[in-house]
Amino acid sequence: MSAVKKFMFVNRKAPYGTIYALESLEVVLITAAFDQDVSLAFLDDGVYQLKKGQQTKGIETKNFSPTYRALEDYDVEKLYVLKESLEARGLSEDDLLVPVNVLNRAEMGALMDAQDVVLSY
Amino acid sequence: MLHIVNKSPLASTSLENCLDVAVSGELLLIEDAVYAATAGNAFEPRLRAAMERFTVFVLQPDLDARGMGDRLVAGVTPVDYGGFVELAVNSNTCQSWL
Repeated sequence: MSAVKKFMFVNRKAPYGTIYALESLEVVLITAAFDQDVSLAFLDDGVYQLKKGQQTKGIETKNFSPTYRALEDYDVEKLYVLKESLEARGLSEDDLLVPVNVLNRAEMGALMDAQDVVLSY
Repeated sequence: MLHIVNKSPLASTSLENCLDVAVSGELLLIEDAVYAATAGNAFEPRLRAAMERFTVFVLQPDLDARGMGDRLVAGVTPVDYGGFVELAVNSNTCQSWL
């Protein structure tokens, strides 16, 4: 088997308004099944994907937010959230569904730079 | 006149463009635009300023879907789908800022 690569999924869209967030999650699970080193980064409106308390019955759309809590069962445990994006949206770590690592812009940029594969959503 | 916006204020200039041009009347925030009416959002000051010219409504099912129902900016009126229809039929014209 070939060497493990570092994959980063960069999530920048709010959930439900577009299909990006759900599509990202699906590919994350596929990648994890191939035993790769997977990181998820949440920037800009992407931080909204992790907001607690999503109730989608009223818009008749699948609520996929519980899946973020299941990621650790797939050994996907590296979740990074951009500090400045949280702040611009009035959110704190306590508002999020899962434990995350909060990074500033410089730290996020360095982490992105260190990847073998970057997938953009 | 009814103005409808469906994009996040921090990901698109739609709401800003709407507020730059629209004069007064009703403003309805749907889909990702509901984030504009949540406390602590960087766009909140601009929305508050717009509330002097517009009656601002937000589509409650879209707010709930995004887990933001508990932080609606005071003075913004939540409506359901029936309320959306009522706003549309009570306005002579509608503009969707897609």
